[in-house]
Amino acid sequence: MLTQSRLNPQLDAEGKLQHLLSTEGLPLPVITQILDTAESFLEVSDRDVKKVPLLRGKSVFNLFFENSTRTRTTFEIAAKRLSADVINLDVSRSSTAKGETLLDTIDNLCSMHADMFVVRHATSGAPFLIAEHLKRIGRDDIHVVNAGDGRHAHPTQGLLDMYTIRHYKKDFSNLTVAIVGDILHSRVARSDLHALRTLGCGEIRAIAPKTLLPGYLENLGVKVFHDMNEGLKDCDVVIMLRLQNERMNGALLPSAGEYFKRYGLTPEKLALAKPDAIVMHPGPMNRGVEIDSSVADGPQAVILNQVTFGIAVRMAVMGILAGN
Amino acid sequence: MPEAIPTQLPDAELQLASLAEQLRPHLTPDTALVGIYSGGAWVAERLKQLLDIREEVGQIDVSFYRDDFAEKGLHPQVRPSHIPFEVEGRPLILVDDVLYTGRTTRAAINELFDYGRPARVELAVLADRGERELPIEPGYCVWEVDLEEGEELILGREESGRLFWKMGRNDRG
Repeated sequence: MLTQSRLNPQLDAEGKLQHLLSTEGLPLPVITQILDTAESFLEVSDRDVKKVPLLRGKSVFNLFFENSTRTRTTFEIAAKRLSADVINLDVSRSSTAKGETLLDTIDNLCSMHADMFVVRHATSGAPFLIAEHLKRIGRDDIHVVNAGDGRHAHPTQGLLDMYTIRHYKKDFSNLTVAIVGDILHSRVARSDLHALRTLGCGEIRAIAPKTLLPGYLENLGVKVFHDMNEGLKDCDVVIMLRLQNERMNGALLPSAGEYFKRYGLTPEKLALAKPDAIVMHPGPMNRGVEIDSSVADGPQAVILNQVTFGIAVRMAVMGILAGN
Repeated sequence: MPEAIPTQLPDAELQLASLAEQLRPHLTPDTALVGIYSGGAWVAERLKQLLDIREEVGQIDVSFYRDDFAEKGLHPQVRPSHIPFEVEGRPLILVDDVLYTGRTTRAAINELFDYGRPARVELAVLADRGERELPIEPGYCVWEVDLEEGEELILGREESGRLFWKMGRNDRG
């Protein structure tokens, strides 16, 4: 039991989800439960009263040490639809700026009777550090949800991507899924890869220039392509990643125009995938850099549905955590 | 008067027919049925056929409204609730297989009101095993039965759709 919790700090001694830190090592039954539960929460958003009383009286603290409007907003909506009280802390501009350490901030919030922390941090491993700290101070009744840490993980994005794929394609075993773009710096790509593997995805492809590919892909059984025309052939799902502009300065890429020519998703390139292939993007999109407008707004794009599914998936994660 | 548990369980199909007859004189043209997963949803579906109700049957899973969430957590298998009609202003009959503490019924009523304000909500059950913990009584019921604590009455469904009773054991109330 001790070994299991050491191997997987997200699970308690009984194997139940205690924190959501990464899709890596998340057991299949836990992923399945999250996706199934999200399906029920999706229905809640269609009602007159878009709220269930599950987290009534609970306090969810959004701790965003790094800016993000969309993720923070969807977590806030999800928590509010569960009837939780949501407290948004713009930590990047307050305590930290005054010199308070991360764990001091956490101790203070524990004294404010927090029940859950939703954490985004520029440093990989920060949510894990918080989870370990909570255990050390005997507050493991508080749950931590990783909302993106450095280059490491963005598990709720990974799970909402899996929800989206399952929604349109049902079964993973016969699917070919391609992830295109800056995989090296992408916590979304990493979270998708681990979840796809656990769900038994038929074939996983990575398409990117050599400078934007990490070294670990082959160990994960991922097929690597540098040529988009080859990589997109007969794909069922195309996941485009955002090209972070700051990468242009680091000599990793020649120019945005050049990148679009080789790795931008145009209708012509998409035509190489299966006719019913879906196009996904975690947002925010750079039109004309990684994706052409006619694809982003086209019939195969499910990008806005991903946002809707994301709320239901985050409700499921928080609902399951709060009950464990 | 409640009966002691018989060695031979009664025929759920006969009970279903007699529940339908109890309901028949009280139906209005816009009455709709809502079954509580899973047994109640089966009963509601059968009542719709027997009573020739045109409106599709609603189904609800009360997992998000249970009052024991803090102790027991979220049920591992939640099914999406589905109410295919306008709840606002409509007479509803909530259907369950077994009525016990009344807590599930309370959760179901709360959930229904999140879809709108029904004209009235009545409760129809196949079996009532008493031991209520809330002021909830069924308007329609065909079998009052006494069970030992830990004993559980379970409604089963054959592939043909035929319903039947079986006994089980359960530690929870």
